[in-house]
Amino acid sequence: MQLVDMEIPGQSERVITVREAGLVACRRCSSVWPGEATECARCGARLVSRDRKSLQRVWAWWLAGIMCYLPANLYPMLETRTLLFTSDATIVGGAIELIHHGSVGIAVVILVASVLIPIGKFLSIALLAISVDRPGLLPKHQRHGLFEIVEYVGRWSMIDVFVVAILASLVQLSVVASIKPGPASLTFALSVIFTMFSAQSIDPRLIWDEDRATNGDPE
Amino acid sequence: MAAPTYHDTKDLIACTECDALYHVVDPNPGELGVCARCHHVMIRPRRFAGMRIIMMAVTMLILMVGAIYFPFLRVEVQGLAHSASIMDAVFAFADVRLSVLSVLTAAFILLIPALRMGLLLYVLVPIVFDRPALAGARRAFRWSEVLKPWSMAEIFAIGCAVALVKVGDLARVEMGPAFWMFIGLVIVVVVQETFICSWSIWKSLDSQSA
Repeated sequence: MQLVDMEIPGQSERVITVREAGLVACRRCSSVWPGEATECARCGARLVSRDRKSLQRVWAWWLAGIMCYLPANLYPMLETRTLLFTSDATIVGGAIELIHHGSVGIAVVILVASVLIPIGKFLSIALLAISVDRPGLLPKHQRHGLFEIVEYVGRWSMIDVFVVAILASLVQLSVVASIKPGPASLTFALSVIFTMFSAQSIDPRLIWDEDRATNGDPE
Repeated sequence: MAAPTYHDTKDLIACTECDALYHVVDPNPGELGVCARCHHVMIRPRRFAGMRIIMMAVTMLILMVGAIYFPFLRVEVQGLAHSASIMDAVFAFADVRLSVLSVLTAAFILLIPALRMGLLLYVLVPIVFDRPALAGARRAFRWSEVLKPWSMAEIFAIGCAVALVKVGDLARVEMGPAFWMFIGLVIVVVVQETFICSWSIWKSLDSQSA
């Protein structure tokens, strides 16, 4: 697809920010307003030039997410009952079982969605939140890459919860085999939801400001 | 540098990711308007986007009714069989301790996707048919944008694929009509997303009230 660059206003060669122009932007609908405006007249969203208080929200949701993620790994996700035995499987335990059965691909999907993405997300959000005040912590390109990953990939962790829902509704074969969801399914889902809120609370403009202050523009 | 002052902010656009300020350049349909600083896509107009979004929203709602009503999956082992609908999957967490999760699952895979389609229809039908916007159209569109990350039908579809492989080793699984309807629904939602350019929709809402 053809890319078209937006036009830089004024005689300047360099991109200027809305804040430098004394204006304030709406993060919901991308409209621009005079600096003293507090509510977007187009979509009704609250206007804040830089939301520094957002970091408190980020950390609060982050902590709630971690507190739910620990029990999600310790308690069983699935409780399987067959004629001969009853077994409880945690997230990692279930994936290891899959590898023993030879379904390596599916095990990888589960491990990526339920272990790699959540843990990576906790680390990334923490790094981003800390690096707002300590910009030297990470190279700038990595910070922007990280933010995009955190924002768009996090919701895919819900896969495991939906797998449990489908298995538990489908495998109900009276005494031969039945599957019940375990307590970890709830805490895992809550952990995903809380970290989504945490990631959404990050104001990415804070990250870009630091780059400008320390390194100039990436262009 | 001395910042110029702007008296009219109507033809300005801000990058929502990095706060860069631009004059709006109207790209041709099919072109992408991107931020020169962070390469975030700001504008992506498509030809006949409004009508296509409306048709896909209606298709999606019809498929959803079918997907809820018809049998979804059926499993069979040694003469024992059991079939489940999407609602059975939602109520898999009906256990008292986990019942919150039933509500969340229903919201993520059925209610929020359907609500978004309803909101988009509410906003776009008057625009496309040259009628004045309905009351609260702006708030409706803002909510449709807020709900976007919470609409998880496509994630549920991948979950189905994983579950099928898990069960497939142990039992024979048959896909019911609802399964194929749901897959169709997910494809419609994903394609529709590529037609939704929020800047274009806001612009249409602006010109309607002017």
